[in-house]
Amino acid sequence: MSEPILTIEGLSKVYKGGVRALDNVDLSIRKGEIFALLGPNGAGKTTLIGAVCGLVRPTTGRITAFGHDLAKDWRQARAQIGLVPQELSTDMFETVLRAVSYSRGLFGHAPDKARIEEILRSLSLWEKRDSQIRELSGGMKRRVLIAKALAHEPELLFLDEPTAGVDVELRKGMWEQISGLKERGVTIILTTHYIEEAEEMADRVGIIRGGQILMVDDKDAMMERLGTTEALIELAEAMSELPPEIAAFPVELRDGGRELCYRGGDGSGSGKAEVAALTMALTRAGIEYTGIDIHDSSLEDIFVSLLGSEDAPEEAA
Amino acid sequence: MGFNFRGAWSIYIRELMRAFRTAFQSILAPVLTTSLYFIVFGSAIGSRMEPIGGVEYAAFIIPGLLMLTLLGETTSNSSFGIYMPRFTGTIYELLSAPVGVAETLIGFVGAAATKSLILAAIILGTATLFVDYQIKYPLFALGYITLVAASFSLFGFILGIWADSFEKLGIIPVLILTPLTFLGGTFYSLDMLPEPWDTIALANPIAFLVSGLRWTFYGSSDVSIAVSLGLTLGFLAICVTVIAFIFKTGWRLRE
Ligand SMILES: Nc1ncnc2c1ncn2[C@@H]1O[C@H](COP(=O)(O)OP(=O)(O)OP(=O)(O)O)[C@@H](O)[C@H]1O
Ligand SMILES: [Mg+2]
Repeated sequence: MSEPILTIEGLSKVYKGGVRALDNVDLSIRKGEIFALLGPNGAGKTTLIGAVCGLVRPTTGRITAFGHDLAKDWRQARAQIGLVPQELSTDMFETVLRAVSYSRGLFGHAPDKARIEEILRSLSLWEKRDSQIRELSGGMKRRVLIAKALAHEPELLFLDEPTAGVDVELRKGMWEQISGLKERGVTIILTTHYIEEAEEMADRVGIIRGGQILMVDDKDAMMERLGTTEALIELAEAMSELPPEIAAFPVELRDGGRELCYRGGDGSGSGKAEVAALTMALTRAGIEYTGIDIHDSSLEDIFVSLLGSEDAPEEAA
Repeated sequence: MGFNFRGAWSIYIRELMRAFRTAFQSILAPVLTTSLYFIVFGSAIGSRMEPIGGVEYAAFIIPGLLMLTLLGETTSNSSFGIYMPRFTGTIYELLSAPVGVAETLIGFVGAAATKSLILAAIILGTATLFVDYQIKYPLFALGYITLVAASFSLFGFILGIWADSFEKLGIIPVLILTPLTFLGGTFYSLDMLPEPWDTIALANPIAFLVSGLRWTFYGSSDVSIAVSLGLTLGFLAICVTVIAFIFKTGWRLRE
């Protein structure tokens, strides 16, 4: 599990307008792992993926995949790399089956009907194989893009926000499929804005902002460091100060004492247990509440708390 | 992995299929336009014209009409082939695939040239409905048409990469190729022009193409076939060089 399949050294990218999208990035991806790249809008995630996949010309730096220097042996390297782009760009008038078969051929593989069928079935697209892509819903289109990327059986797969615009149920299904790919030995690099997603799937997590990798760590270690749980408890009656029974919890009163806000725990789920303990303590103290809203922090929240609001994810420039 | 033959073939087949999907636009429309020219210039007006260089007027205009459609259709077809993926974003797949300049050209340009050859065959077939004509050097004609189709497919490919709007895409065929072909001796022999226009007309490169094709058809032409051939080959070489440069630098393809 530790042999690097992809090595990025000193990678920088300055776009024509002068935007420095990547700033001296070093990254090493291990064979067989799922690596989640997290970062706010404009952090450079898509640029990083583009540099490896041949869409972006690096300004400086060296990328090695499967032992091939991408500047020289790009043919061998690219043949083993698959890409699911962030944008839903598909050939609208093509049918699903033809589009996916085309991708396989484009990457130099002999036609294999059974393999294509298997891929389409695994993505619940087989029934739609003869539909034109423009007739599909957004989530289905994204799955077509995934099918296209899998058609040439890549060893290394890039998923740029694979679950954007995909409904909750399908998102779960997609997580399962990604785990299935990992079991088959495919190395996966994905980007996401959701820490739950990284939590669910990733072995390792990298955080990128302003074109720089801030940290790379095993997921479990990072979740404990960065994750928090937030719970809003609506109180039946406003309180003016915290009762002693719950003073030990990381809570504060809000909204004129009508709302109790809990913020604590870590990525390992201890926050939820603590909220449960908190509600019992409230009950014991005879404090009635009318509702609870609990959620784990998103990456955006973490960035706000970690880096201050100026560095919070930028809105579209 | 050396040359990715399957990749090139996949592109080629897909591009051809795309043409069949829009068969009306890419085949029927040019056939209709050409037929109209034959009816108006060949039959209606042509019947009152003197033969030119021993060739019946209606037959005389066939090579020029063929060239007119061929240049316009080949260029716009080929430019669309590469412009559309850039426009819709599907080009990401091509850029991330193990295909280089050779595979891309064989796929896109090969398909565009093939379509043009099919189109030429259809136009020549249509012409037989209106005119009785004989091609003097059929193999030479086929070779020359292929050469022109390949050159303008390459040219269209460059156009499709250069263009950053549909407007620019349409501008070259409509504003440059069509007028130059009209003025390039499609409907007359250059020596029918008064001084100094017969000389000025030779500044129009397309005059050489029309003349070259007419030579393969009837054995006589305004300028020597060697000059026409040389010019076409030169144009082909320039296009190949430009495309090699585009791929080397990633211009308008890779950020
Ligand atoms: N083609 C381009 N030309 C100029 N600047 C670009 C281009 N593409 C991206 N950028 C800039 O580079 C920076 C990084 O963009 P990138 O798309 O890599 O971010 P990202 O992390 O993928 O963001 P998101 O989460 O929104 O997808 C941004 O400031 C962006 O505006
Ligand atoms: Mg992105």
